[in-house]
Amino acid sequence: MNAAESMAAQSTSTPEARPRSGVRVNVQQASFAHVTRRQSAPVFTLEATSFQARERELVAILGPNASGKSTLLRLIAGSIPPLSGRVELDGFETSRLETRTRAQRIAMVQQESPLVFPVRAGDYVLQGRHPHGRSLWFESEEDYAIAANALAQVGAEHLRDRWMHEISGGEKQRIVLARALAQQPLLLLLDEPTLHLDIGAQVELLARLRRLAEENRYTVIIVTHELSLAAEFADQVVLLHRGKCLRVGTPAEVYQRELLEQVFEAPLDIESGPEGRPRVIIQGRRELRSNLSSGSSSG
Amino acid sequence: MRPLTLRRMLWTCGLLCVTLLAVVVLALRLGAVPFPLADLGQNILLLITGHPEKVSTDFRLIMVDIRLPRILLGILVGAALSVAGASFQALLRNPLADPYVLGVSSGSALGVILALLLAPAIPLMTPLGAFLGAVATIAAVYLMGRREGHLDSGTLLLAGIVSASFLSAVIMFLMTTLASRDLRGIAFWLMGDLSTTLPTSLLWTLLIGFILAAGAIFTTASDLNLLLAGEREAMHLGVEVTRVKLVVYISASLLTALAVSVSGAIGYVGLLVPHVMRLLFGSDYRLLIPTSAIGGAIAVVLADTLARTIVAPTELPVGAMTAMVGAPMFIYLLRRRLA
Repeated sequence: MNAAESMAAQSTSTPEARPRSGVRVNVQQASFAHVTRRQSAPVFTLEATSFQARERELVAILGPNASGKSTLLRLIAGSIPPLSGRVELDGFETSRLETRTRAQRIAMVQQESPLVFPVRAGDYVLQGRHPHGRSLWFESEEDYAIAANALAQVGAEHLRDRWMHEISGGEKQRIVLARALAQQPLLLLLDEPTLHLDIGAQVELLARLRRLAEENRYTVIIVTHELSLAAEFADQVVLLHRGKCLRVGTPAEVYQRELLEQVFEAPLDIESGPEGRPRVIIQGRRELRSNLSSGSSSG
Repeated sequence: MRPLTLRRMLWTCGLLCVTLLAVVVLALRLGAVPFPLADLGQNILLLITGHPEKVSTDFRLIMVDIRLPRILLGILVGAALSVAGASFQALLRNPLADPYVLGVSSGSALGVILALLLAPAIPLMTPLGAFLGAVATIAAVYLMGRREGHLDSGTLLLAGIVSASFLSAVIMFLMTTLASRDLRGIAFWLMGDLSTTLPTSLLWTLLIGFILAAGAIFTTASDLNLLLAGEREAMHLGVEVTRVKLVVYISASLLTALAVSVSGAIGYVGLLVPHVMRLLFGSDYRLLIPTSAIGGAIAVVLADTLARTIVAPTELPVGAMTAMVGAPMFIYLLRRRLA
């Protein structure tokens, strides 16, 4: 048993201690196993994970690659059913909602997927109205107004008539976010939204998500590798490591040097910043202590 | 960004219908026996107003019994192939998909030939054979085109092209060993040919089949727009991906089968027409499905008119005409995509 696992054992009491009132997303001992072939051992498992999120709250799911972040996000989105436990949105199990109802309540911004045919940014945002319409319908005035408003909320009105394949990565990310806003969801999920963005665009995106959560009363859950950004903007972080949920809590509660160094296998330093938010400093010149590297090779 | 409204859709389709009508008139006039336009109008008027006895027998024989059914068949086949092509492009997320390129037409043709060989006496066996051939081929090509769980665009096209070549070889084998009667006829039919005269009842059956299948696809049009962005994304936007894929898969196979069972494998219509329509009217499937149907009708009637007249009195198979235009276009699109 390495240091991270021992810390996981102590941390389980943290989420239970949080107040339960106004809980919108309730992940209760949810687990999952990826199975490629029947009767063979699962290739990846996510062990029982619990946390709660209220409206206007921004939650960051952190962890190194293959720690189960995206799996947890898909569990929350309801696109895969949990193996055990429950994932609820306002008391409804997300994986049991009808596809259309789910899309009216949960919007998901995924990692970039290529477009087959050219589409204009405005039309792309309008696609977010799909779950609110019927299969054979023309968008109403209201749909156009909502789409225009969504574009305004991400500051991209000027991109409306541009082609999606001609705009920059940061602009594209804003359009994709606008489409999610046009869905008018309760819960906004984003899978590594800061990927391929420069630092300015990353900060802008997180600040925007913070503001949107506040103004539109969303619950926002993001998967990210950006420890510093999560520390700065998240109300709550969920730390995953090799399919285990190690910690749930405020950034200050979770960001402890030993724990993060163990999980991310990188020499780090944690400072305390304003409002008690931690700051992560990468210690490039310091070697990881030897007991840590031997611990990681055995796993 | 122009909003898509019912008004805009009707105007666009109306415009295309007028073009189709002009092409039909042209096709009626041209041929081994040309008729002046005035005669044509006068005679059609006489027929419509219920005075068929005043119309010359020549006119009736050539126009009403030979050219008109052939044009109507061309309209149906063109519409069916184009809608099938547009559907396969969305279903497989591949802009180069087309019933012919994917080998679905060849599979359908093999189904027809097997049905003719095994059960020539049973009436509905040929369309059924065509349908089963289409469904089996697209399933096989889809499975072969998958790599590590993902649909690979290049692999998919190769799988389709190789399947087409394999199926054609099987057809050749069957034809030469078993059915030696009418080789030129079958060879013509395989290239895509509209010259077979069909009973009116069959034309009606085709029309109903087309309306059902194309209609089913049309009801999923706005889902298809989202499916093009990826299955997971579509699911998160409220598309019941499995149901939509099944509906489109069955319907597009049905449309291909319907076209192949009466006209053989006319290639590239399903590739060419949706692309031109996208350039003209944008890539929204709610508009693309109806415009592709009418555009496909225009394209095939035009191609068939050319095929009838270009070396008159000899005729070319219409598939040769569409391939001559379509194959270079395919290469152009492929290169532009890779650039």
